[in-house]
Amino acid sequence: MDVTLSKVQMDIAKEARRFLDKECPTDYARDMYEDERGFTEEIWAKMVDMDWMRVRIPELYGGMGMDQMDLTMVLEEMGRVVLPGPFFSTVLLAAEAIMDAGSDTQKERYLTRIAAGEIRGTMALHEPDGGADLGYIQMEASVHGDGFVLDGTKLFVPDAHVADILICAARTEAGNDPARGITLFLVDLNADGVSASLLPTMDGTRKLCAVEFKGVRVGPEGVLGEPHKGWWPLRRVLQRAQVGLCAESVGGAQRAMEIATEYAKIRIQFDQPIGAFQAIKHRCAQMYVEVESSRSISYWAAWAQDHGDPKDAALAASAAKAYCSEAFTRVSSGAIQVLGGTGFAWENDAHLYVKRAKANEQALGDPAYHREQVVQLLTG
Amino acid sequence: MDFRFTPEQEAFREEFVSWLNKNLPDDWDPSRYRNYDSQEEWGRAYSDFQGRLFDGGYTAMHYPKEYGGQGKTLMEEVIVSQALFSTCPELRIPGVVTHGMAVPTIFTCGNEEQKREFLPKIMDGTHIWCQGFSEPDAGSDMANVSTRAVRENDHYIINGQKVWTSFAHLADYCILIVRTDPTVAKHKGLTYFLLDMKSRGVEVRPMTQITGEAEFNELFFDDVRVPVEMRVGEEGQGWQIAITTLMFERVLGDAIMGAAYETNIQKMIELASQTKRSGRPVIHDPIFRQQLAQASIEVMVLKYHGLRSLSNQLKSKIPGPEGSIGKLLWSEPNQRITEAAIGMQGPNSQILGGSPWTIQDGYWQYSFLRSKGNTIEAGSSEILRNIIGERVLGLPKDVSRAKRD
Repeated sequence: MDVTLSKVQMDIAKEARRFLDKECPTDYARDMYEDERGFTEEIWAKMVDMDWMRVRIPELYGGMGMDQMDLTMVLEEMGRVVLPGPFFSTVLLAAEAIMDAGSDTQKERYLTRIAAGEIRGTMALHEPDGGADLGYIQMEASVHGDGFVLDGTKLFVPDAHVADILICAARTEAGNDPARGITLFLVDLNADGVSASLLPTMDGTRKLCAVEFKGVRVGPEGVLGEPHKGWWPLRRVLQRAQVGLCAESVGGAQRAMEIATEYAKIRIQFDQPIGAFQAIKHRCAQMYVEVESSRSISYWAAWAQDHGDPKDAALAASAAKAYCSEAFTRVSSGAIQVLGGTGFAWENDAHLYVKRAKANEQALGDPAYHREQVVQLLTG
Repeated sequence: MDFRFTPEQEAFREEFVSWLNKNLPDDWDPSRYRNYDSQEEWGRAYSDFQGRLFDGGYTAMHYPKEYGGQGKTLMEEVIVSQALFSTCPELRIPGVVTHGMAVPTIFTCGNEEQKREFLPKIMDGTHIWCQGFSEPDAGSDMANVSTRAVRENDHYIINGQKVWTSFAHLADYCILIVRTDPTVAKHKGLTYFLLDMKSRGVEVRPMTQITGEAEFNELFFDDVRVPVEMRVGEEGQGWQIAITTLMFERVLGDAIMGAAYETNIQKMIELASQTKRSGRPVIHDPIFRQQLAQASIEVMVLKYHGLRSLSNQLKSKIPGPEGSIGKLLWSEPNQRITEAAIGMQGPNSQILGGSPWTIQDGYWQYSFLRSKGNTIEAGSSEILRNIIGERVLGLPKDVSRAKRD
């Protein structure tokens, strides 16, 4: 047993901190908040040069073949600056899905280009009536010749408006059980009948879209993995993405805590720094408790994806997702309270963290959904 | 990074668990949370079992052999302690202060004679120790201790009162903090002693607590004579000794609680499966399912945070800042967990042990009440948040405390 970071992991974190502080401080998040695309090509190219697209992609396809835990180092730092843009959707959703379920041809065709930063991707999962239930997939894909035709609406698809490809989960056999009849499709966003429109969301740094599919034809080359059995790879991919959100949340909560404590040291009221008052001090101390405990379970969840058994990997992902996302919400909201009126103002960064926290809490299964998963795994 | 035990550690764990299953006392019933009717029987059961552990070579794994330990690392101690606290916490509880506080203090700060005199007799179960820190006017403000020790040739004469002294009624010795110099700043005038509880002038008065039991006591000292050889460190070092020894054993304590609470989650799943509401098990009720999940998640957090703190300490040899939150991660969740378990029982939660309608031997009724002490004993949540705020985050002390120090 050794739950400490390796030298390589610490170096990855240090490099990421250095790059992001210089190239993407929260000013970048603020600029992109108002920008429809939500990122600049210049920053994207620099992130490609940092090798971040390649961390998890196998060497065979131009990647570095590293673990989830290595990627965790980068994601924590990205959360710290509320990094906007399609990194998460491309690397943690599209690339992971292709890595898990794709054929050699699909991997060769797409992973190499993602690794090189040439294309961006995302995943379409949620449907209008499903709420936070990730297993509620009713959109129909009907057989057409040797392929399928997709019809329906997907919601909350991150960065679909700037993506080239999209992984779509749809039902190819009738029923309600996600374990049966779900197929994953690899869809070109330029294909006829696909249209993505930006939703006016609370967190402007993470763009979400509605994607309409109207008679979208997908050939056999666009079927990702085994037909009707898409739920199993999808679950593994979602677990990694959930764990990725945990890392982001830990980094974001850490920074929100720092903003609050730095202010508590310099803000004078009643002739002393407000951090001397226990009402403020204890709030800050509790932030530290939540940040460090979140980090511990986030590490476990990341480690379990590569080294735990499948049940542990699923349990860890759900437990960490529920815990870290709620902790991020509490810590960032607490930061506003410590900052007082200052924290309520647009010009202070606190709101960026609160908004990202809420976005992360609702993305890929809300805390209630994940707690239910935990009980099922513990008692099933 | 690796969250698993190494094959050697796993083999050791299996070896110990199999030894443990063969060496539990014959009259000890694992389905009861409390097997002993009187405190004296409980204390004897602890001592006998500690003797068995010692004979088996499973006590104080990380202490040197000459002091009754096994000369291994903290990792082996964690493995043994976790197995003990998830299997038979009852047989360990009377020794928690002894092993968690007296042993590290004597080992780290005691002189050679003290170590050879006291440690082996703790390890083989001969002696139980208690801790005389709190006083009526020195609770969270521990430096406010007013019990006095005055030097008289080769003795100190001690007068005063301690309170909340766990297991003093069973204890042979006491680790004690008293004031030797009332003229200097409060935390600088304290000195650490080892006290023989049989000394003349020591009086122990049990205090009945919220559970109806009497684990705690008041201790009164009336001209108690303590030989100079029983002083730990120098005069005036009492505060520093108390603080540092607490830090070193903290990760072990947190790891123990993680293991003990994993057992509680299993118990809670049984509870939820067996207890009915509207004719069906509460485990089918979505609200209680959420509470069960939250309880288990908080225990996972405690466990994996504990492993992280432990790893950092094994590697760097000094406790890191992340270790300072461990106690908050078990004491506060334990209150929520026991509260949830009580809630699952509905009106049956009012029934204690001894009725045909008693649930799980009345374990949760006891645990719910006992948990109210968790956020007070061994550093209240408020004091811990002061420490985190000031020492880890660097926030200023409040004006009144800053002035005094």
